[in-house]
Amino acid sequence: MNSLAVRARTISDRIALAAGLDVRLLGMLSVMAAVWLALHVLTGGLFLTPRNLFNLSLQVSVVGIITCGMVLVIVSRHIDLSVGSQIGFIGVLGALLQNSILPIDGGSTWWITSLAMLGAGLLIGLAQGLLVAYAGIPSFVVTLGGLLFFRNAAFYINSGVTIAPLNETFQLLGGGLDGTIGVFWSWIVCALAIAAVAFLVWRGRQRRSAHGMTRRSPGEYALLVLIWGLAIIGFTAVMNAYQQPKSDIGMGIPIPVLILIGVTIIMSAVARKHRFGRHVFAMGGNSESAELAGIDTRRLTVLVFVVMGLLCGLAAIVITARLNAGASVTGTMTELNVIAAAVIGGTSLAGGIGTVYGGIVGALIMQSLESGMILMGVPTPLQRMVLALVLIVAVWIDVVYRRARRS
Amino acid sequence: MTALVEFRDIVKTFGGVHAVQNVSLHLDEGEVLGLLGHNGAGKSTLIKILSGVFLADSGEILVNGQPAAIRSTRDAKALGIETIYQTLALSENLDAISNLFLGREIAGPLGFMNEEAMEEATGRTLARLKLRLPSLTRLVESLSGGQRQAVAIARAIHFNARVLIMDEPTAALGPEETQKVGELISQLASQGIGIILISHDIHDIFDLASRLAVMKNGRLVGTVTTSEVTKDDVLAMIIAGKMPQQGRG
Repeated sequence: MNSLAVRARTISDRIALAAGLDVRLLGMLSVMAAVWLALHVLTGGLFLTPRNLFNLSLQVSVVGIITCGMVLVIVSRHIDLSVGSQIGFIGVLGALLQNSILPIDGGSTWWITSLAMLGAGLLIGLAQGLLVAYAGIPSFVVTLGGLLFFRNAAFYINSGVTIAPLNETFQLLGGGLDGTIGVFWSWIVCALAIAAVAFLVWRGRQRRSAHGMTRRSPGEYALLVLIWGLAIIGFTAVMNAYQQPKSDIGMGIPIPVLILIGVTIIMSAVARKHRFGRHVFAMGGNSESAELAGIDTRRLTVLVFVVMGLLCGLAAIVITARLNAGASVTGTMTELNVIAAAVIGGTSLAGGIGTVYGGIVGALIMQSLESGMILMGVPTPLQRMVLALVLIVAVWIDVVYRRARRS
Repeated sequence: MTALVEFRDIVKTFGGVHAVQNVSLHLDEGEVLGLLGHNGAGKSTLIKILSGVFLADSGEILVNGQPAAIRSTRDAKALGIETIYQTLALSENLDAISNLFLGREIAGPLGFMNEEAMEEATGRTLARLKLRLPSLTRLVESLSGGQRQAVAIARAIHFNARVLIMDEPTAALGPEETQKVGELISQLASQGIGIILISHDIHDIFDLASRLAVMKNGRLVGTVTTSEVTKDDVLAMIIAGKMPQQGRG
């Protein structure tokens, strides 16, 4: 590398470090910004509007929740092709429970259904994980079987009849007109989030200096809080700017988006700060070494699939509530969007490398392209063809990037 | 004095092939024992029984005179038996700190790790061993062979190892790094750690080991005190399986 490139890299490294982000994520965010600007121009100013961004955030929540789990699965050098079928099956199961067993207007119906759906996801993950880890069947085969099995099980348990409507409280979990927390509470959440960022930055600094380590100056810490604070305020303002039809009441943050943000934070922390996540990365990078280090890789594999199943259960709750129906076709092809999101977000299919927040940015890029093309009136087959090419290009960029870094 | 580790009549077969046949051997505190033999002589199998990778078909292992049940690498580590494999068995996609603490992270009750404490401890252990790395947070895949060896050694020593097994410790190193590893081995032995060096090449470990054990076709040919034999004597043991006339150890 020549000296100019080295200097450019040091500067970008420094900016990224100040924001607490890695260089790769900064690159992905730039790509997303470019995609957004391009779509804004191409749609004649329709894309970057509160209305569209509100809908985008709602649409991305289901794929985003599943992507958080898929990143871990791919990092552990496995794959889960059954996620789309899982949410279809669990959705029909939940809808059946509400309409045939529980009282549809019952006050407890929404949370009993939700727990049952999470439980179903957990059991599916457990079964698939056990088959992969202890029976030694490749995850590709187990979950390809799962894709076929659960899609048809979803059809079979209610003869393919769509079940609607659902419990009204349950519907709130999907967003929609009443499924937001409103302007006032959105600002409260915004303030709490900024306070939390400031607290975490402060505590991180305390802990580092307690061990005699400081990497950043006070100014850089302030900049870090400022960047995050502005991002949080901007997001809240956009969500509040979208008004309910024929009124001037702002919508606020949708509940599914709050769920996605919560899941992203928890799964990021698990991947980077928790022993479990560390072991998953070690196993994905070199399974034999992880085993020699005393890690029970089979148990770990089962846990990864259990987490994936739980998140599928959660995603099934959100999508079923949003559609206000349990349909056996729900989630068809979702596995491809999710895997694409993870890979675009920098998760290596060779295992051992990836980030949860990268996967979320990947999901946002995929969803932006899709919704932008819908706004432009691009026919559905052509949309799919473009997304397929985007996936291939993303993997190609990843290959080039890694080769460059190694040399 | 009770031996630090004692193998008694260890037998291990793989599908009818006798990998290790009735081997008895001991290792004392602060001793550097060289384990020699051709590829396939059974040295790696014997060692993997001690480090918990394989389970012996029969025979027993005593640690400090007590029979030890070593069923997994975790059991071995709990007894203070650490192994540095020839491949080093590092996770290249993780940094030095993560590798050093892999499987034994410092974490709170909920399992969230204390990264600052681990970073500090890694720095201290490397300094104690006089090992240097360009950065503790750099991925292992970008480190040199010697630096990787340093990470593997620090990992083995950090958790108060009493027995250190090193498989072909200097095979992948340049002359300068080889010398450094040699100094480190003497330093660790002087602290009372029992060290087993495995090699197929007598030249690699002749100057480091105080006692040499030679294996051939799964059997122990014998052990000799290094100062009482020549390299040719040992070569004869490795190749012909014959003990030298004098200098039995």
